[in-house]
Amino acid sequence: MIEIRHVGHAFGERAVLRDLTLDLTERRIAVVGGNGSGKSTFARLLNGLLVPTHGTVRVDGLDTRRDGKAVRRKVGFVFQNPDNQIVLPLVAEDLAFGLKNLGLPKDEIARRTDEALRRYDLLDLADHPAHLLSGGQKQLLALAGVLAMAPEVIVFDEPTTLLDLRNKRRIAQAIDGLSQRAIVVSHDLDFLAHFDRVLVFEDGRIVIDDRPSAALPAYVAMMS
Amino acid sequence: MTPSIPGRSPLHRCPPGPKILALVAAGTALFALPRLDLALAVLGLTGWLYRLAGIPARLVLAQVRPLAWILAVLVLVQLALDGWQAGLLVAARLVALMLLAGLVTLTTRSSDLIEALQRGLAWLRPLGADPAKVGLAIALTLRFIPVLAAITAEVREAQRARGLERSLVALTVPVIVRMLKMSDDVAAAIDARSYDPDRAGD
Repeated sequence: MIEIRHVGHAFGERAVLRDLTLDLTERRIAVVGGNGSGKSTFARLLNGLLVPTHGTVRVDGLDTRRDGKAVRRKVGFVFQNPDNQIVLPLVAEDLAFGLKNLGLPKDEIARRTDEALRRYDLLDLADHPAHLLSGGQKQLLALAGVLAMAPEVIVFDEPTTLLDLRNKRRIAQAIDGLSQRAIVVSHDLDFLAHFDRVLVFEDGRIVIDDRPSAALPAYVAMMS
Repeated sequence: MTPSIPGRSPLHRCPPGPKILALVAAGTALFALPRLDLALAVLGLTGWLYRLAGIPARLVLAQVRPLAWILAVLVLVQLALDGWQAGLLVAARLVALMLLAGLVTLTTRSSDLIEALQRGLAWLRPLGADPAKVGLAIALTLRFIPVLAAITAEVREAQRARGLERSLVALTVPVIVRMLKMSDDVAAAIDARSYDPDRAGD
């Protein structure tokens, strides 16, 4: 469970999140809001990439401020632009990067790398330069790299924003097929319609917290 | 520096350590012994090694093209000061060295190259150097050269659309701003994948 208590965050003088208190327990949680509403900052607080200016974020009792490394093992993160998330030049090397960081033995790294490549149809591209992949393949590689590390929760920050319709669907299907819990920041409301819970952000606050059938129409009305 | 291309040639199968040592030895010999016949022989041998590795000609040219202008200036200066043989010597040994360095990266997976460098630089630890960080820096360089090229091409196209194709400032400022923003995201992505600089390379 992720527990958020009186969390606020500011960049310099500018407050981007204001006094949030909530628990995140559902299997699929969507985060929506306008540009600059604070949703990406909120996402980065969940695995300790950012620590809150005040308040606490706890993942299964681990405080992101004190136990950042342990939290990041439990909570994976997929960024909006996969080009910024792929660290090593070749597909298989990049996939193995996180596994090496976990200190796993070589045969276990090879097994998990192979499994993740196979799962997302990237096995034939294992020795391919990552920069030559299509946008959808890059996002799948980014997801595979996180998934291979076996986190309990995966946070996605606008994973389909830069993709065409076909690749949006591929990524949406990949997220749907995950056994892990997922927290997804997105503007793609159709994709979020079957989620368990929707958080709507505005000006650093959660203004709607409900099931999609109620939250999404209210968000659309709010934005128009 | 170009990411490796897959292959099964003897050069691909050779471990990275001997290839790096051979590169260092060839570079030292080329510059310690300023002989035109030696430089041309190394250049010929390098060409044969590319053929052995099955690397296409366009990739051979790609190794030299980024430094072509600097090479042209150096050769012209040598031609003007010391004659055609000196110019040819400078050209032959620089091109041979660039091609040999390119051959190492083209035939070695970057993770293998980095592991070899980390092992080779381990003796620098007592002096405060961190081989794991050097390895990651090289990996990131290999990974982001094509990304930087793509960003530069995008910005150049956008500025051309605005009639600013001759403005160096209009090209460099947006590229630098985008690279700085990207470097923040890359650092966050490395953190998100549990990179620990104190443990890396163990």
